[in-house]
Amino acid sequence: MATETFLHKISPVTAAMQDISHIYGGVPVLRHVQAALLPGACYLMLGANGAGKSTLLRILAGLLQPSFGSVSTWGVAPADARERIGYMSHAPMLYDEFTGAENLRYFAALYAGRPCLSVAEAFAAVGLDSSLPQPVQAYSQGMRQRLSLARVLLPRPELLLLDEPFSNMDANSAAAMLSLLARERNQGRTIVLTTHQRALAEPIADQLLLLADGELQTALPGIA
Amino acid sequence: MQIGKDLRLEWRSKDAINAMLFLALLVVVLFSLAFDPTRAEARQIAGGVLCVAILFAATSALNQAWSRELRGGVLDAQRMSPSPPSALLLGKVVANFLVVSSVELVLAPLFTIFYNLDPKGNAWLLLAVLPLGTWALVGNGVFFAALSMRARSRELLLPLLLFPIFIPALLAMTSAAGAVFTGESDPVLWIRLLAGYDVIFTTAAVLLFGLVLNSEG
Repeated sequence: MATETFLHKISPVTAAMQDISHIYGGVPVLRHVQAALLPGACYLMLGANGAGKSTLLRILAGLLQPSFGSVSTWGVAPADARERIGYMSHAPMLYDEFTGAENLRYFAALYAGRPCLSVAEAFAAVGLDSSLPQPVQAYSQGMRQRLSLARVLLPRPELLLLDEPFSNMDANSAAAMLSLLARERNQGRTIVLTTHQRALAEPIADQLLLLADGELQTALPGIA
Repeated sequence: MQIGKDLRLEWRSKDAINAMLFLALLVVVLFSLAFDPTRAEARQIAGGVLCVAILFAATSALNQAWSRELRGGVLDAQRMSPSPPSALLLGKVVANFLVVSSVELVLAPLFTIFYNLDPKGNAWLLLAVLPLGTWALVGNGVFFAALSMRARSRELLLPLLLFPIFIPALLAMTSAAGAVFTGESDPVLWIRLLAGYDVIFTTAAVLLFGLVLNSEG
């Protein structure tokens, strides 16, 4: 069913990666990566540790310039379209000393003048209580992950790049986050997520991006 | 917004302010004990001692200027936002300037007591010298801390980059403060030099900060 949905979503490209290679300290991390991401599709990126998943996400986010090749998002360089991209990394990307609400208020202010979710809406989307008084450093790992996702959703990005969003989450929290991501995808957002929990995320994936030794292959879910 | 955020973070942890106060007081007390200056000698060396105490203390805080952003990956979130890099830089410069200035407010009366100072010139001119010198130090310090934040030995790299650039401002600050304490020369020329230095280096930092922030490879 996910495959059918994917095939019916033929529309202009969200992101195009053209012959990307990236070298870290003399070691090639990505080799001749070529792919196109379509709007409203969910891509599950799989690969062993060190396969280059996080590097590819950072390149797509415009945070890292590839050594060779080019990336475009909506026809421009990702660095010029960053406010349309939401990026969640391994690190929570939050101030530990602030409460959840203080963090989201700060990040919302960075997008002042842009259409954003309210802080309350972002909290509600990830099922967190906005009135929690404790600083983020007192949150559990799962709560941090959810708050981090709330931060990503705040500016209503069209492309979501999520690096290991389910890591250290219990089964219920992971399932809740998965259904949230499915909703986001159904609203037309493009999602690229990496995880080592393939079985968990595969049901919402439209396509698999398999990274091995820096080379990318695509496959349909349930086949590769 | 950026200023309030940095000040609130510092208020909650008090990491930088405690380290700065401790270091600045240590320098002032140790110099006082080591030289045991007479009142006349104190007037001659006070400007230099005060500037060096502020320089060492501020450097310890500036080394940590971007640590919170790096630790949690917050810098990436800031880079992804449409907020201009200059706002991030200036917010941090102003917040650090206020923190260093508050340390100076505590330091100044203690300094006067330890060195038995009785300025011969216009003491109120220090109200121009100290803020201008502090801005020169903090403005450059925050910028160079950003430049060195991804380096492995950033604690070592920051003084190596900052101190040579800061020398003209240090000379102007020391000379102006010395002129105020001794009353032997007019500090206004030095104050003008400091103001010019601040304008030039702050402008350069604002213009170049986007490149520094987004340089990752």
